[in-house]
Amino acid sequence: MTDDRTKKIIRQIKVDINKCSGCRSCEMACSALHADPKYSSINPARSRIRVYMDEIRDLYVPVRGGAYTRTECEGRSRYTLDGKEYPECSFCQASCPSRNHFKEPYSGFPLKCDMCANDPSLSEPLCVQVCQFDALTYEEKSEEMMADETRQNNDLKTLVLACESLVKKHGEKKVMKAFLQLSKH
Amino acid sequence: MRYGETGFVLEIDLTEGSSEKVATDPKSTELFIGGQGTAAKILWDRVPPEVEAFSPDNLLIFSAGLLHATPVPGANRVAVNTISPQTNLMSHSLMGGFFGPEMKHAGYDQIIIRGKSPELVYLYINNDQVEIRDAAHLKGKGTTETGDLLKKELKDDKIQVAAIGLAGENRVFMASIDHGHSSASRGVGVIMGDKKLKAIAVRGTKDINIAHPEALFMACLDLHKKIADSDGCGDWMAYDEDDSFHHNHFAWGNARTRRKDFWSKELEDRWKKLKYDNMDRQTSCYNCPKNCRNVISRPGKKRFGYKCYGKDTYHMAAFKELDFSYDILGVAQEYGLDSYSTPQVMAFALELYEDGILTDTDMPGLPADSGDRFFYLMEKIVRREGIGDILADGVYHAARRIGKGAEAYDHNTTKKFEQLPIKLGKVNPAYFLMIATGEKMSITQIEGSFPQDPLPTMAERKEFVKNWTAPPDDKFKEYFLNWEKRNVMSNQAFCDIVDWNEAMHYIDDATGLCGFVSSFRGQFGGDVAYNIHNIPVLIHLATGIDMDKDKLWKTFQRNRTLIRAINGRRGLRRKDERPPEDHWAVRDEEIEQKLLDEYYEFKGWNKEGIPTRKTLDRLGLSHVGEDLLKRGVLTDDGTDSATKYEVSEQMISNA
Repeated sequence: MTDDRTKKIIRQIKVDINKCSGCRSCEMACSALHADPKYSSINPARSRIRVYMDEIRDLYVPVRGGAYTRTECEGRSRYTLDGKEYPECSFCQASCPSRNHFKEPYSGFPLKCDMCANDPSLSEPLCVQVCQFDALTYEEKSEEMMADETRQNNDLKTLVLACESLVKKHGEKKVMKAFLQLSKH
Repeated sequence: MRYGETGFVLEIDLTEGSSEKVATDPKSTELFIGGQGTAAKILWDRVPPEVEAFSPDNLLIFSAGLLHATPVPGANRVAVNTISPQTNLMSHSLMGGFFGPEMKHAGYDQIIIRGKSPELVYLYINNDQVEIRDAAHLKGKGTTETGDLLKKELKDDKIQVAAIGLAGENRVFMASIDHGHSSASRGVGVIMGDKKLKAIAVRGTKDINIAHPEALFMACLDLHKKIADSDGCGDWMAYDEDDSFHHNHFAWGNARTRRKDFWSKELEDRWKKLKYDNMDRQTSCYNCPKNCRNVISRPGKKRFGYKCYGKDTYHMAAFKELDFSYDILGVAQEYGLDSYSTPQVMAFALELYEDGILTDTDMPGLPADSGDRFFYLMEKIVRREGIGDILADGVYHAARRIGKGAEAYDHNTTKKFEQLPIKLGKVNPAYFLMIATGEKMSITQIEGSFPQDPLPTMAERKEFVKNWTAPPDDKFKEYFLNWEKRNVMSNQAFCDIVDWNEAMHYIDDATGLCGFVSSFRGQFGGDVAYNIHNIPVLIHLATGIDMDKDKLWKTFQRNRTLIRAINGRRGLRRKDERPPEDHWAVRDEEIEQKLLDEYYEFKGWNKEGIPTRKTLDRLGLSHVGEDLLKRGVLTDDGTDSATKYEVSEQMISNA
């Protein structure tokens, strides 16, 4: 088994919402690093991390920007943690149509956390470096990954399986016809 | 391109219901920096002494610090300045939190409010979109409640709101402007209420440009770590539960009673438990690695935040314990009341009641318990109901309106403003000068760089001085090394020390830095993050302005002198510069007046405390000198206008 597996470093930011003091230094630092040129401007609205804050209800949640999504969710779920109720939106990483979070304020372009791994990679993400309360901590985990060749083989196997189920549902003729149409595009 | 600042002010006229974005002159930044300095320039230029506090022509200015919204940690205190109805002088207030930086991201270094709205309104600023909106639905709402409602109404948790409560709406002189768990005290909420402006909600998503990006950011990253690790920064009372300092040394009630043995280990443990059983967390202001605000939430009661001595003022005035302060602070926060002056006003009223000057006719249904009485009076004051209408003008004016000997109970105000309740034995010359001549009204806004007390042994002093980087000059190290007794130093030394203390506050209040990492904190331990040596470097890196120690020092002198001129033009004279008569038990008028003479001369002021033309010319304020001359505040031959003023005061008291 070990032959077809390789090691991969997983970079993680751990968030402890009880330790967050709401200073938003993480937002400041993130916007500075991703400015062009680096550190040339400050603007928390451009940050790829934001602290969802509600002083009245004592809610402090640092969230990193994640995937871009073209549709908005219902957003009506509420989560209770340690007796405090959080709106679904406070935990959500998405840049979605229903809110302005994780979007460039001028262009509307989605903003996604890159773990400060680009140009060149920092030893640990800047938001973690600037957080003095350990609300954000950095972890590197080494995880075993399948070798590329094995993964490609596995991908192909999955694809075959998917095609088989399509055939099963729609019949061979329909599936072939669909493929034919696709190939004309 | 402007660096570190936006280069624009937002002008709001509430009478006309109009707004205008106006570009500013970069030269003005070099001269006055920002924050309180720039606000002082605006007040000098635009609010002549004929304009009374409640005139529509009075301005309410929110002035962000020059270093707000840069990477510099702990730069977040926005200056709020206006003319006060209580003192008829320039009101100086500061508010931490997020408001100042957000203003700058919205594109404004200052928000200047003039005129008066006919109906209660709030101001909504979203970058270039500025709207004056109806606030009927916010009438009577609490300060944090208003912030919460506006965030929901405007659908953005990042909107920053500064609001007044019932106290401000009813023009209570002790009204504060509150922003979350931060508060602008010392009497600015009254003007916001007078202008019928319930709140300002601001949201900004614009860049603040940095002149020397990498150098500034790396310096700031180091500062973040230094401040976080240093015991010499931040509010030590957020962590150290031994608060014998205030309780054993400050005066209780109407600044009357010392309780030198009040503090005990049993009490400390009990209070510590009360705090930690009810504390949600300790929170920070924008981009600050310290968490000085204690956020307390007790079952069924409003969540509130406090820092430092703010937790003591109510229970010390009412002869109660911490649980009483916890009961009343949440209520006071929502009403928008200054927790330094308000308890003093209430303790003053209760003393008058005990001594029969105020009676049951004045206070019908007054409860028996001192704590209940505080709640009773608070409700009256914020509504200006009955006796509350008189007390709402602060101790000085209330005493004169009540009469019947009540004036004698006004024993803790200077320049008509409530001072910290401190009553000591022997005069401390540095403190005499600070309380007498300070125009930020509270000693906490003046003291802070030079230690309060000498160290007992030479070895300890040498050790202290060894790592002491803050002093502007080595002479301060000499002063400290040779300092044996608190009250004994040369007058020259006291002048230098007071000047340095004051300098750092004026610099902080222009740059927007917090006193807890700078001006206020050096007196306790000396290991403070900011000083006259590194602030000019940070200003240069952020803004590109050529700045060095000498130039920054001169800026302090310019701002300080300009504020003196504003207040001098409004009538402030030497006779007003007196600490409360019983601040020290033993006084010597001759020595004090000689000290005051020397300090005035040191500052470049005349015998009446008015800046001389020579001083004004040297600081590039010749136009100020010309105006003072034209108005007869200064005379051509260098003599002063004291006689003229004395006569008019005499006429007022006769009338």
